[in-house]
Amino acid sequence: MDFASFLIQTLNSLQYGLLLFLVASGLTLVFGIMGIINLAHGSFYMIGAYLAFVLTSATGSLVMAIVLGIPLALVFGAFLEWALFSHLYKRDHLEQVLLTYGLILIFEQLRSLLVGDDVHGVAIPAFLDASIQLTEVMSYPVYRLAISVVCIVLAVALYYVIQRTRLGMMIRAGNDDRGMVESLGININMIYRVVFALGVALAALAGMLAAPISSVFPNMGSHVLIISFVIVVIGGIGSVWGALVAALIVGFADTFGKVLVPELSGIVVYVVMAVVLLWRPEGILKKG
Amino acid sequence: MKNTFKLAGNLALTFALTAAGIGAANAADKVKVGLMLPYTGTYAALGNAITNGFKQYVEENGGKLGGREVEYAVVDDESNPAKATENAKKLVSRDKVDVLVGTVHSGVALAMAKVARDTKTLMIVPNAGANDLTGPLCSPYVFRSSFSAWQPSYAMGEALAKKGIKNVATVTWKYSFGEESVAGFKEAFEKGGGKLVKEMTLPFPNVEFQPFLTEIASLKPDAVFVFFAGAGAAKFVSDYAAAGLKNSIPLYGPGFLTDGNLGAMGGAGEGLMTTLHYADGLASAKDTAFRTKYAQSFKMQPDVYAVQGYDAAQMYEAGLKAAGGDPARKEEVIKGMESAKIDSPRGAFTLSKAHNPVQDIYMREVRGDQNVMLEVVSKGLEDPARGCKM
Repeated sequence: MDFASFLIQTLNSLQYGLLLFLVASGLTLVFGIMGIINLAHGSFYMIGAYLAFVLTSATGSLVMAIVLGIPLALVFGAFLEWALFSHLYKRDHLEQVLLTYGLILIFEQLRSLLVGDDVHGVAIPAFLDASIQLTEVMSYPVYRLAISVVCIVLAVALYYVIQRTRLGMMIRAGNDDRGMVESLGININMIYRVVFALGVALAALAGMLAAPISSVFPNMGSHVLIISFVIVVIGGIGSVWGALVAALIVGFADTFGKVLVPELSGIVVYVVMAVVLLWRPEGILKKG
Repeated sequence: MKNTFKLAGNLALTFALTAAGIGAANAADKVKVGLMLPYTGTYAALGNAITNGFKQYVEENGGKLGGREVEYAVVDDESNPAKATENAKKLVSRDKVDVLVGTVHSGVALAMAKVARDTKTLMIVPNAGANDLTGPLCSPYVFRSSFSAWQPSYAMGEALAKKGIKNVATVTWKYSFGEESVAGFKEAFEKGGGKLVKEMTLPFPNVEFQPFLTEIASLKPDAVFVFFAGAGAAKFVSDYAAAGLKNSIPLYGPGFLTDGNLGAMGGAGEGLMTTLHYADGLASAKDTAFRTKYAQSFKMQPDVYAVQGYDAAQMYEAGLKAAGGDPARKEEVIKGMESAKIDSPRGAFTLSKAHNPVQDIYMREVRGDQNVMLEVVSKGLEDPARGCKM
C-alpha cells in the first residue's frame, strides 16, 4: 500500500466510522438511558431510507426530504414510545426483544405493501453531486465528505446537549436514578419520550443520509443492526462518546481489514470486539 | 398485490381439492406441477416472473401439458434454506406433484434437489445457478432451465482475453455463487493469457465497497470483473462511478450486475458491458412474440427470469410428449427432456448430459433502461459439469 492509498483508506475509515456512529448513537441512548433492547432500531434506519426515497420523489430534493422527514421521525418515535415502549420499562429484556423483533417483521411487511420489494436509488442533491480528484484515477465524492461533516456536527451537538444543558442533565439523572428524579418533580416519562424520539430520528436521519450512497432496499435495516450493537457494546452501553470512539475503531478495522487481510475481512470487526471486551468488559467508556 | 391474491387463491384451491379428496380422483388425467418459489422477501419479484413465464407457456399450449390439464400446488419458499427440505417434501408426499419447479435461491434449490433425488421426483430448476446442481450433485431427475454460475463468467473471461486485456482485479461477495463466478472467469481468462492481479472478497451482504475502490485505484488494472446482484450490485456500480473509476478502468461482470437494477443505479450503469444468456433487442420472432404476449398478460416487461420459467414449462412439455402424456412414465419423460431442442425466447438450446442448458452467451451493453445485445460471445457454451457422474 503506497502512502496516497493509505491516506485515502484512512479517509474511508473515518467516513464509514462516522456514518456508523450516527446509527449507533440512537441505539446507545435508548439502550443505555432507558434500558430498552431495541432490535427495531435497524428498522428505523430502513424507514428513514424509504422516507428519503418517497419524499425525494415527491418533492424533488433530498434536502427537502430530510427537512420533512426528521419531524415525521420524531413524531413517529414519540408515538411508538407512548403506544408501546412506555409499557416495557418494568418488563424484562425477553419481552422487549419479543416486541421489538415483532416490530421488525411488521415494518418490513408494511414497507413491502406500501413501497414494494424493488431496489431504489435516491439522487444526490445537485450542489453536492461532484467529486474531488485525489489521484489520477481515483476521485472522492463530495457527498461522502458532506455526510462526515453532518455526523461530526451531530456528534458535537449531542455531546453539548447531554453534557451542558438542563435537558441533558435530566436525562443523565434519569439514567442514574429514575425514582430520585421523579421525586424531584421532573416528568421522567416526558424525558424518556424525548430520548426515544431522538433515538428514532437519529436512526432515520442516518438512513436518509445513507440512501443516496447505499441505495434503498428491503431488509437494509438488519445489515446495520448487528454492527450497531457491536459499536454500543465496544463503546460502553449508554455512552455517546464511547459510541463515537467505537464507531471509528470499527470503521478502521473494517476498512483496513478488507484490504490487508481480505480472507478474514468478515471477522476482523468481531476480533476487535473480543479484544476490547477482554481488556474492558464494560466497554471503553462505561460510565460509573 | 394481484399476484398475492392469485397465489392465495391457488393455495386455497389446492387445499380444498386435497381435502375433498377430488385430487385423488382426478390425478390420473391431470398433471400436477409443484411451484416452490419465493413469493415474499427479496426475491419475490423473481418468483413471480418465473411463475408468470411458466403459466404463459401452459396457456399458449392450450392450458395443458402433455395433453392433460395442469393443476398447480404452490409453496412460498421464502428463500429460506432452513425450511426447504420440509416444503419440498410436502409437495412431493402430500400434494403428490409430478414435477417440482424451483427455485431462485441456490441453498434452497440444493435442498430441493436432494429431496427430488431421494424420492425420484422430476425437478426443474428455473434459476438457481449453483454449479453443483448439475455438477457433483447431478441426478437423472434434476434439470435446469437457467444457467450455471460458471457459464456467463467463463464467457466473459474468454471475451476479455480476446480483447487483449492483460491484468484484471476481481471483487465479489464471499459466498458460493460469487466464488464460482470468479472461478469461471479466472479459468477462461488465464487460459487466454490474462492474469488476475488481485482477488478481493467481502462477506455477504456487506456493501461497504470504498476500501476496494481505493485498492483498485492504486493497483490500476486494465479492467475489473465483479459478481454482485440485486441491491449490492446497484450500490457497487454507483460507488464505482462516484469514485471516478468508471472513466479510467472498465468494469465487467455477469448480467446479474445490471438486470432489474438499472433504475436504482441512475445513470451510473450506462455503457456497462455484461454477459448473460438473455438480452434485450434479440429481435427473433420467438422472443418478440413472447415479449408482446407477456406484456399484454402481466402488464410488465418480461425479464430473464420469466424466460427461465417459460422454458421450464417447455422442457416438461417435451418430456411428457415423449412419454405419451403420462407423467408416471418417468424414464421416458427424462429421455424426452434430454433429447429435446427447446425453442426458447433466448434462442434455441439443448440440454447437456448433466441436464444444464447448452446455450449462447451474449455480450450486452447498458443503454438507457435496457441491456442491449451486442454479439454472441460464446456459441453453445456447455458447463463442464465437473464432478458429475452420470
